[in-house]
Amino acid sequence: MKTSKLEALAGIILEEDALFSLEDLCRTCALPAEELLQMVDEGIIEPLDYQQTTTQWQFAGESVVRVRTVIHLQQDLGVNLAGAALAVELLDEIKALRHNLKPIQ
Amino acid sequence: MEYKDYYKVLGLSKEATQDDIKRVYRKLARKYHPDISKESNAEEQFKEVGEAYEVLKDPEKRAAYDQLGEDLKAQRHSRPPPGGNAGAGRSADFDDFLADLFAQRARAGSRAYQANGEDSYAKVSIDLEDAYHGATRCLTMRTTERGADGRPFLQERTLNIKIPKGVKQGQHIRLQGQGNPGVGGGSAGDLYLEIAFNPHSLYRVEELDVYLELPITPWEAALGGSVKIPTPDGSVDMKIPASSSSGRKLRLKGRGIPAQSPGNFYVTLKVVLPDTLSDKAKALYSELAQERTFNPRAGMGV
Repeated sequence: MKTSKLEALAGIILEEDALFSLEDLCRTCALPAEELLQMVDEGIIEPLDYQQTTTQWQFAGESVVRVRTVIHLQQDLGVNLAGAALAVELLDEIKALRHNLKPIQ
Repeated sequence: MEYKDYYKVLGLSKEATQDDIKRVYRKLARKYHPDISKESNAEEQFKEVGEAYEVLKDPEKRAAYDQLGEDLKAQRHSRPPPGGNAGAGRSADFDDFLADLFAQRARAGSRAYQANGEDSYAKVSIDLEDAYHGATRCLTMRTTERGADGRPFLQERTLNIKIPKGVKQGQHIRLQGQGNPGVGGGSAGDLYLEIAFNPHSLYRVEELDVYLELPITPWEAALGGSVKIPTPDGSVDMKIPASSSSGRKLRLKGRGIPAQSPGNFYVTLKVVLPDTLSDKAKALYSELAQERTFNPRAGMGV
């Protein structure tokens, strides 16, 4: 294998430094806008400001992860959108609970 | 590739009905789904189960797979393979079988002559100290590319990646254009790295806040004073207020993970005693015990 010196790649922290328009999300998640709008209706992802028109909507970076999880759950487990929304919420809750579990000695 | 017993992967017998296969697959898929399971080998298990289902869910593919199994069994019995080449013939047949399967899938998906590359996801474990100072990690990524014949092959790429300071557990680092390459001039996907912290022997982390349990002596607890404490950023001097009980929480503001709005560093005091007390220490404690003005159990009804 080649051992060329690699330049270090710098990324951004998705949850802090990235904002996505609806169009960005469509491209990043490879989904048509209608499907993303359904996810907004289902409360899976929320624009930072609902009052704005959809073309001006901005989504926080973690929306990408949520959409991706929902797509996977739909494809892999055959759940519908409402079911996937419920699963994502429960998963968030489990994550928070696990996180707060102090290691038992 | 080794011949894989897809029935065994799903825990089913060859006589299983299509309904059985679907039911068992769904159950295992939920169990091992990488977004759901926290087992470390979940992804591998999930892929294996998925591959088995991909073949067995389709009666035609299932029949072809069953036939292949029969042929291999017959081969083994009728002509003992020469030398140490026993496995080679078998796995080659199985490779062909899988390749046909994938080629079918590739043809089915090849209507669009141009496609953007898929995003890649990986998990990276870092130490808490890395979140304080930033770090670089070397990652070997395996991306799936398609050759001219539509067959997928694995390509290894080594990336050197900067972990930004201030990142917290569960966050993702996004590297644009570092995912799977596009097809036919399509743009490359992005690479997402999920950050996980290695467990630390001293600190506990909650979001951006970092916790330390600090053992102190009874006299430090009683009289207060300055002690040296460790933080992920190096040791600092901390003042313990006089008359501090075990469990008292002290805050060092802004000494947590240095994000845009940094977390705090919390120190929980824990009063500890030596395993054995010297006679002199016992005498001194007895003297203290003469002073009966303090009863921490007042109000407990005893």
